[in-house]
Amino acid sequence: MSLVFDIKRYAINDGPGIRITIFMKGCPLSCVWCHNPEGISVRKEKLYTKKKCIGCQSCVEACPENALKLTPDGIVCDENLCKLCGKCVEVCPTKALEMSGTEYTVDYLMGEILKETAFMDQSSGGVTFCGGEPLMHPEMLLELLQRCGEEGIHRVVDTTLYAKPETVNKVMANSELFLVDLKHMDSEKHRYYCGIPNERILSNLKMISEAGADFFIRIPLIVGVNADEENIRRSAEFLSSISWQRKIVNLLPYHDIGKNKHEKLRTIYNRGNITMTPPSEEVQQQTIALFKEYGIEAVIGG
Amino acid sequence: MKDTVAQRAPQRASNFEPTKEANQCGMNDRIKRLRKLSFEAEPSLSIERALIETQFYKENYGKYPIPVLRAMNFLEICKHKTIYIGADELIVGERGPKPKSVPTFPELTCHSVEDLHVLNTRDLQRYAISQEDIDTYEKEVIPYWKGRTQRERIFGHVPQEWRLLYEAGLFTEFMEQRAPGHTALDGKIYKTGLLDLKKRIAGELEKLDFMNDVEATDKQEELMAMSISCDAAILLAERHADMAEEMASTEKDLKRAAELRKIAEVCRWVPAHAPRNFWEAIQMYWFVHLGTITELNGWDAMNPGHFDQHLQSFFEKGVADGELTRDDAKELLSCFWVKVNNHTAPPKVGITAKESGTYNDFTNINIGGVRADGSDGVSEVSYIMLEIIEELHILQPGSSIHISSRTPDKFLRAGCKVIRQGHGYPSVFNPDVYIQEMLRQGKSLQDAREGGCSGCIEVGAFGKEAYLLTGYLNVPKILEVTLNNGYDPVTGKLVSIQTGDPRAFKSFEEVYQAFLTQLRYVVNQKMKVSNYIDRMFAKYAPATFLSLFIDDCIARGKDYYNCGPRYNTTYIQCTGLGTTTDSLSVLRTHVFEKKTFSMETILDAVKRNFEGEEKLRQFVLNKTPFFGNDIKETDELAVRIYDDLVDTIDGKPNTKGETFRLNMLSTTCHVYFGKVMGATPNGRLAGRSISDGTSPSHGADTHGPSAVIKSLSKLDQIKSGGTLLNLRFLPSLLKREEDISKLAHLIRSYFALGGHHVQFNIVDTATLYAAQECPEDYKDLLVRMAGYSDYFNDMNADLQNEVISRTENDSF
Repeated sequence: MSLVFDIKRYAINDGPGIRITIFMKGCPLSCVWCHNPEGISVRKEKLYTKKKCIGCQSCVEACPENALKLTPDGIVCDENLCKLCGKCVEVCPTKALEMSGTEYTVDYLMGEILKETAFMDQSSGGVTFCGGEPLMHPEMLLELLQRCGEEGIHRVVDTTLYAKPETVNKVMANSELFLVDLKHMDSEKHRYYCGIPNERILSNLKMISEAGADFFIRIPLIVGVNADEENIRRSAEFLSSISWQRKIVNLLPYHDIGKNKHEKLRTIYNRGNITMTPPSEEVQQQTIALFKEYGIEAVIGG
Repeated sequence: MKDTVAQRAPQRASNFEPTKEANQCGMNDRIKRLRKLSFEAEPSLSIERALIETQFYKENYGKYPIPVLRAMNFLEICKHKTIYIGADELIVGERGPKPKSVPTFPELTCHSVEDLHVLNTRDLQRYAISQEDIDTYEKEVIPYWKGRTQRERIFGHVPQEWRLLYEAGLFTEFMEQRAPGHTALDGKIYKTGLLDLKKRIAGELEKLDFMNDVEATDKQEELMAMSISCDAAILLAERHADMAEEMASTEKDLKRAAELRKIAEVCRWVPAHAPRNFWEAIQMYWFVHLGTITELNGWDAMNPGHFDQHLQSFFEKGVADGELTRDDAKELLSCFWVKVNNHTAPPKVGITAKESGTYNDFTNINIGGVRADGSDGVSEVSYIMLEIIEELHILQPGSSIHISSRTPDKFLRAGCKVIRQGHGYPSVFNPDVYIQEMLRQGKSLQDAREGGCSGCIEVGAFGKEAYLLTGYLNVPKILEVTLNNGYDPVTGKLVSIQTGDPRAFKSFEEVYQAFLTQLRYVVNQKMKVSNYIDRMFAKYAPATFLSLFIDDCIARGKDYYNCGPRYNTTYIQCTGLGTTTDSLSVLRTHVFEKKTFSMETILDAVKRNFEGEEKLRQFVLNKTPFFGNDIKETDELAVRIYDDLVDTIDGKPNTKGETFRLNMLSTTCHVYFGKVMGATPNGRLAGRSISDGTSPSHGADTHGPSAVIKSLSKLDQIKSGGTLLNLRFLPSLLKREEDISKLAHLIRSYFALGGHHVQFNIVDTATLYAAQECPEDYKDLLVRMAGYSDYFNDMNADLQNEVISRTENDSF
């Protein structure tokens, strides 16, 4: 069953208008800068916020597997014993322990989405499915998209496009807009930073553009990874070579808030110690200027 | 330009560089100087009014009927008070002898020598007064008023049951400090001068039927008093004209001399006659405002109502005739803005000094909205006012934009851009809903459309209604008393009726019914005393000047406080819906439904202020469905409480043949109410503030502003006389043009769902902490809280912490 790890209401950065964003768990990519690392695994995961823990040991007492213990470093879990039953999360008084990933039914999610219709109506907003990678869950995603379609709700899918072409096609037929993430044009580097090569992503992007789909391109702008002139030129060349109406790129300047989430997952951020730096104002302006040469409007944020 | 704090500060406190447009048409030098003077003037107490009044009462009390005595007293003050015309001023008139100098009103409540010393020496909200004045006050004023003030007479009357509840902090009583007020005007003063009103009064006197009307004598006295009040205000204006002429004769600067002669010309004309141009229209209003706040100390001063609509025709005519430019109009209006800012609230005495720690009075300029014919009320004057708010950035007057479904998006967005500056205003009102509120109360469609908000969030029919706020109701405290079987756990005293030991209750329903029984008892006690006080003011403190401007006082020959107005509503302000709902939700969810813990466990923890019970407190805080998250069951509980408040208050008779109503607001009283309470079952610790009017408890809303709005919109707000919603946004989240549009959409959405009011605090926490650390660097930091704006530095630590602890909407 597909898991959802967050539902964000009053989302104003995930497409037009005021939206509700459904975060689906699981992603074929594992970008080193990922700021939602809990969205990568398709399994449930426990998140632990040490700052919130008051050391009451309610979780230790509640655990049927005796997997937890209190250490000077806070609550530690023996992953071999933990069956992810969630009893510890239930009793934790401070939400220091939280479960990432919930098996919501389509009906439940539709109920949540419909709560926001008043705001969608006023703002020409809608629903956005993101992740993780929503296309990893074609069955549930398509059902939700179809149900939203029946309600006349504007549908956005925020995707890496790393999926089977058939899946992409089906989703395209049931949505109004894609937000496509483009990380790197060099396939080897793409594999290095994101864990997989980029050929399938680029061919899917070409496919949806030829099919006349509406999409925005979003590029995380990271100095040391993809903000160099060569990559920006290659990106712009590619994007100007495909048939694309909008020609608008959203540049998302890098920040390391992913760190915080890794702490909660008890995983290590940027394991390979890759140098990643936020783009300076100058780099941002240069990037915008480069895209402009290719007739593409680049804007910061989005 | 000298780089002073006052001048530099607007940019600093604002989160954005001034826009290009703002630079182009910003404050001119005159306004900069006036603003600086107003900003830097220290509030002080003036004993002048008290001395004039005391002397007058000594000589005349008993010689005249009360209304005539009051009017003659007002005349005496206007005749003898010090007149002030400051350098640069175009709009003239001060209540005291200089800006921010505040008179006292010993007929209502007489400050003791100790009060005066405290006011002169306290750190926050100081009012300066000299030892010499204190000595004079002690000798001349205090002895005469001993035993004669309204306050002493009220407290001499109140029953023990009331006193117990009052002292425990279950409610406050506005009128033990000030006179009933909360008034805004309609457009009649722009068409009618005081001489016209005198003619009308003479006509009514002619018509009196002493053969058949038992009230004819009372009416005669009241009408005579109204006529004298007209003379008083005209005299006050004439004295300003005289002084301006005198100053002109010795003024060396020819330009200023011409201005002074113009001021004299304006003051010779208004308020005796209807204004002929934009300048006279503003001065006309200002004299009426000044008269009202000089005659008596009415709660929250006075308000021009839909000022942009009233001024629009003068503006358009002036521009068409070539006699007025847009810049002239803006300068005159800016002068008015500064004038209002010069008028701090008179200081209170006793318990309410804790309640509302602020210099504020509440003049809330209504901008936009609808006209009496239902059409859109936005004009160029509305946009000028928005510019002034953005550029002047001063405490008073408050302002609000009124957004009906007919209001153009352009105006809403212009308002949102001012909101983004983080000045704390304008707040945003929904005429489509408040007109329905007034229609439900029986007002005519036209009167309802001419109405709006006068101070915080309460609405009334401008120029036609006395809508008297009587005090705040501490709803969470009622629950606290319920859970202690009538005892106040803070003092251990039995303060209310006994509705049973909650530990013995078998169901949530029993808890709720006990709460309801307590609620009805407390409200009844409050109403009884309110009705008594109503008559005290009707008989002993008529407002014969204010009555001139409120229909149908002249036609009825009756005072504003005595059924003269077309509509007479008495309000109780309910606070703490969030705290009450969340506390009941804890009991229902954990004690009765999930049986996580027993009633005994939670009540014991509450009694100990959760000491040694942090785990339980955290559990309650984090694992209970709270109000403000669009959760069906919890919101239904809030609706039930709200509906029961309405049922308990709404429709109960007042002394004027009309009824009590409720509104849901707290101003800053939720801080005081929190102080007189122990911990509450929702995890709130003892002494911490309760939730305000209808906003969620601090930190309880975790699903963003749209969920808060959905929760609030489940209340049938039309059954109230106003609800209140505070939303706090980080400034970084309102940077882009499209963010402004989305804020506008959020407002439209709430209003489409039936919301009455919403206001925004655009600040970041770091700024607030920094302001606490180093107050003098943040003198301009204006914060919007619970229905009003204040300077952060002027707030006590509790209020400051409250601002900081409000939920930030991270999802932006």
